[in-house]
Amino acid sequence: MSVTPDDVRKVARLSRIKISDERVEPMAQELNGILNWIEQLNEVDVEGVEPMTSVVEMSLPMRKDEITDGNRSDEVLANAPNSADGFFVVPKVVE
Amino acid sequence: MSDLTKLTLTDAVKGLKAKEFSSREITQAHLDVIEKANPALNAFTEVTSEHALGMADAADTKLAKGEGGLLAGAPLGVKELFCTKGVRTTACSDILSNFVPTYESTVTQNLWNEDAVMLGKLNMDQFAMGSSNETSCFGNVINPWRREGEDTQLAPGGSSGGSAASVAADLCLAATASDTGGSIRQPAAFTGTVGIKPTYGRASRYGMVAFASSLDQAGPITKSVEDAALMLEIMCSADEKDSTSLKIETPKWTDSLSNGVKGMKIGIPKEYRVDGMSDEIEGLWQQGIEWLKAAGAEIVDVSLPHTKYALPAYYIVAPAEASSNLARYDGMRYGVRQEGDSLDDVYSTTRAEGFGDEVKRRLMIGAYVLSAGYYDAYYLKAQKVRQRILMDFEEAYKECDALLTPTCPSAAFGLGEKSADPVEMYLNDIFTVTANLAGLPAMSLPVSLDKQGLPLSLQVIGKALDEDTCFRVSKVIEDAAEFDAKASNWWS
Repeated sequence: MSVTPDDVRKVARLSRIKISDERVEPMAQELNGILNWIEQLNEVDVEGVEPMTSVVEMSLPMRKDEITDGNRSDEVLANAPNSADGFFVVPKVVE
Repeated sequence: MSDLTKLTLTDAVKGLKAKEFSSREITQAHLDVIEKANPALNAFTEVTSEHALGMADAADTKLAKGEGGLLAGAPLGVKELFCTKGVRTTACSDILSNFVPTYESTVTQNLWNEDAVMLGKLNMDQFAMGSSNETSCFGNVINPWRREGEDTQLAPGGSSGGSAASVAADLCLAATASDTGGSIRQPAAFTGTVGIKPTYGRASRYGMVAFASSLDQAGPITKSVEDAALMLEIMCSADEKDSTSLKIETPKWTDSLSNGVKGMKIGIPKEYRVDGMSDEIEGLWQQGIEWLKAAGAEIVDVSLPHTKYALPAYYIVAPAEASSNLARYDGMRYGVRQEGDSLDDVYSTTRAEGFGDEVKRRLMIGAYVLSAGYYDAYYLKAQKVRQRILMDFEEAYKECDALLTPTCPSAAFGLGEKSADPVEMYLNDIFTVTANLAGLPAMSLPVSLDKQGLPLSLQVIGKALDEDTCFRVSKVIEDAAEFDAKASNWWS
């Protein structure tokens, strides 16, 4: 498997990272360098091995369904790039 | 009173309790050395002097009444990825350059609950992605150590480079750090300091800027093994705010760390003897083995056959988790937003401008290995290899109580020496990353200087939840090594 310039554009779009045309080819090379090195994992026999989902065998705890926090809209908005009247102000989402 | 900065954390706490000096005095002494050193070392991203002196005075009031917690009055540094209420927390990225948390991380809150003093925030690789502290938006941290007779600038290691450099240069008594693939232990090794990553789940991740959630763990960088035990037992806690936090008591490691290693079995994994490792590191490892034997431990050879696959597996798992975790930086709710023609354009410009090259590279790798058609070949495969690595450890621990290895394959390297080739940089974490993948506690401590005058370290990897053995083995090595070398002060 080799990363093509089209793959780079696709992955950049999936990651929502704008990439300039002149960076596409070098980025493909960088990703291929890393992925070629990762290919050595194909040597490992993983027949019958369960994929690890957690290093600690535990079931995620459930907390009580009760309200423990709230009335902090000022704090929630404190770092917003743009806010007004207790709301986040964002670019137009629906045309 | 400039000698106050040379104290270990343990001795400083004792001195404060005995009123030999005040918290204001020891805090001011540290602020003074930071002012001289930081222009050269770039270890602190922000020095919170007023805040520190306020906390020091509050601690002094308690100490005067014979009160105060376990760290009362002791000045510490905090890695830039721990959220600190009212103090900017950027993870050394442009995208969070204006982020001021309205809440405190559990780990730092635990320190303040014991009346410790915050000197400021410490530089790191951007989003903890790096092994040399060369990816920070605040610039490189400079290692206080230099090769003998040279003034080449060396990397302090990463990602906790600021934490390690500041402890090594006596700019703080101890520092918080975090470790996803070696980010506590490798910088500790590069700077002649002590560092431990606890078992996954011991320390709460609440309020830590997330990189790879199944691997990230907080831990301290300190001047001694005893200091590390003291810091870690305060940093760790069961925390409802982190669902992966273990609901268990934190042991008092400071009480048991001097219990020795008599009768213990220490495993030596043959796969950690890699091609190109220097004779000096081989010799240091052998020396460690001899010290443990002399202290009554039995040495056994063990095998961890999948060791060489740990790093490639890590470079699937960690970027995959990062690509998911860092999706939150969209410029809408916090962070820096860039303008654009459409919503999508705002997102992609915000993220292109806000993330550094290494972060972007890893996010794209992560998106690639998780994307349709590649998930099974990469991500699922890596999760299976990760299971194999854990099984290796479980097998080895049938024969022994802990493992002894070098921390890194080399001493500190020069800034820029490895930044051209990502894979070469990644290989620096070859001995540390296995403990993250398996969730095990692992500790690094300095043992000797190489022939260029740079510190070299050994690593002790324990069984899950058995930090106690890590501390006891490390204490025996520390006592035998009598490592007391410091970087010569060229910075002030």
